[in-house]
Amino acid sequence: MKILVPIAKVPDTTSKIAFAENNTKFVTDGVTFIMNPTDEWYALVRACELKEQQGGEVVVIHVGGADSEQIIRKALAIGADKAVRVDADPTDAYFVAAQIANHAKTENYDLIIAGKETIDYNSFQVGGMVAEFLDLPCVALVQKLDVANGVATLKREIEGGTETVEVKLPMVVCAQKELAEARIPNMKGIMGARTKPLAVVAATADDKLTTIASYALPDKAKQVKLVDKDNVEELVRLLHEEAKAF
Amino acid sequence: MSVLTFVEINEGKIKKASLEAAYYGSKTAEANGLASVAVVLGEAGAEELASLGQVGVSKVLHASDARFNHFDSKAYTKAVAEAVNAAAATYVVLSFNNNGKLLAPRLSVRLKAGYVPGAVELPANGLFKKNVFSGKASAQYQINTEKKIVAVNPNSLSPVKGAGTAIVEAFAPAVSDADFSTVVKGQDKITGTIPLTEADLVVSAGRGLKGPENWGMIEELAGLLGAATACSRAVADVDWRPHHEHVGQTGLTIRPNLYIAVGISGAIQHLAGVNSSKVIVVINTDPEAPFFKAADYGIVGDAFEVMPKFNAAVRKLKAAN
Ligand SMILES: Cc1cc2nc3c(=O)[nH]c(=O)nc-3n(C[C@H](O)[C@H](O)[C@H](O)COP(=O)(O)OP(=O)(O)OC[C@H]3O[C@@H](n4cnc5c(N)ncnc54)[C@H](O)[C@@H]3O)c2cc1C
Ligand SMILES: Nc1ncnc2c1ncn2[C@@H]1O[C@H](COP(=O)(O)O)[C@@H](O)[C@H]1O
Repeated sequence: MKILVPIAKVPDTTSKIAFAENNTKFVTDGVTFIMNPTDEWYALVRACELKEQQGGEVVVIHVGGADSEQIIRKALAIGADKAVRVDADPTDAYFVAAQIANHAKTENYDLIIAGKETIDYNSFQVGGMVAEFLDLPCVALVQKLDVANGVATLKREIEGGTETVEVKLPMVVCAQKELAEARIPNMKGIMGARTKPLAVVAATADDKLTTIASYALPDKAKQVKLVDKDNVEELVRLLHEEAKAF
Repeated sequence: MSVLTFVEINEGKIKKASLEAAYYGSKTAEANGLASVAVVLGEAGAEELASLGQVGVSKVLHASDARFNHFDSKAYTKAVAEAVNAAAATYVVLSFNNNGKLLAPRLSVRLKAGYVPGAVELPANGLFKKNVFSGKASAQYQINTEKKIVAVNPNSLSPVKGAGTAIVEAFAPAVSDADFSTVVKGQDKITGTIPLTEADLVVSAGRGLKGPENWGMIEELAGLLGAATACSRAVADVDWRPHHEHVGQTGLTIRPNLYIAVGISGAIQHLAGVNSSKVIVVINTDPEAPFFKAADYGIVGDAFEVMPKFNAAVRKLKAAN
């Protein structure tokens, strides 16, 4: 089975978020970048597990600059066999998806497993877009994925529960928590990752459909109204009358 | 020309999140001098569909075709794209809910229309606001194409209902059996509780409760308020609570009117899932708990003393009203 896993690079959750140039640029100084957790913990690990069970190959693809090598090497250390980096600034989801689809269209992947969303722009776009570019079936918010005889059985989240569906491969999956258990790369993996192939390719020109005009930080920290623990009734009154919360 | 809203039906009723999207669609239509049209796929009652008029929809395109009773992203994309053409829509609006999150990006590619996922308010000056960096900031998005797609974050706006009735028109998109690529094998719904993502009120608790046997007071409050229950990841990880209740960066993102956090420290990864809630109440023994910085109301105190009093006060209030 041949599996493609698109991986994104995001600021670590504990990063300080600040903007410059009149709130039009995200300040990256001092920010640590990591592989998007959903991609690393769930999409990539499940892809590696399927390969280990059934044979085949796991390829990771990333759209980003040379400073992304570290996260790509980490993906190889976790178990991917080879990597492709499309050398371009990933500023628009449509653009990113077009690059991934362009690579995938000649490679005959059985499965493309993306993360559901990145933790920076939280946009939940790339997986579905890749599927549409390639005219493939796609299931999102996937918590369970098994493959047998060319058919995937998936459990996806629906409002208030889950749904189990079957889809004939090839297809695109947007992964979420529970799909796998995160792996920590071992020494052998880390050493091996150094010599695994990493191809760098140029972007194919494509349109960017959206732009971010400006950013804003939330209004200054909220001022909490504290109520004494011996006066719980007062809190309930405030919630009812002042906050009109119920 | 029109604004087209994709509306979903669940068990015969319009999904709450879809009603919000339809209201968003109608408001956008009004601001741009366009008609507000909705598209519904799958079998549904005519009366329920006509009630979309209450949130300003003038016409509903209804594909009453049993094949659409289950969501299939590929077939739905084709059908909605056809409705966009039929309604000459320049805006497509849907909910940023489980199905909308996959349908919208597919439509964006199919229609080559710029898409903003998770808008939190109506567009202003042609810009769409959404939260970024897990709720730590917001961004104003500009869509560079003529056709525009917006998915509205659930619970971002409260539809104001009027008296209108929508005209329901049959719609037969050219979707072949081959376009239906997913076969539904079964569903597992947690019954009797309010889905967390749709809840207006949420009562949540964390490791401060010491053990799963102490959740009775949390469930009691949820019952009194008609609220959903949620929890921190720490307690889902040790199986005190089911995983589908866990909110935060790796769990659900919710935006209720009221979020009551009992015995939760307020780690940044937890806040990422709840910090857009309108009113946050924190009950914690530690006055230094980070959650107090994100809270609107708080009590520094022991949950085991505070919650019984809280529940009694709510019961008294409910009895008086
Ligand atoms: C990459 C990553 C992703 C994560 N994603 C998530 C996520 O999605 N959601 C999430 O929740 N967490 C997430 N976490 C974990 C998060 O960092 C915290 O560890 C977790 O939220 C802590 O849960 P808690 O507040 O229940 O427990 P604790 O941190 O142990 O806090 C318990 C709190 O209860 C208070 N307390 C104790 N006794 C009482 C009492 N009797 N009455 C009242 N209060 C009391 C304490 O003062 C304390 O503040 C993530 C972590 C990482 C590293
Ligand atoms: N720059 C990128 N390169 C490769 N894959 C990406 C990139 N950005 C996003 N993805 C993939 O698309 C998923 C959804 O991202 P997004 O649509 O940006 O929220 C991520 O979890 C990744 O699997």
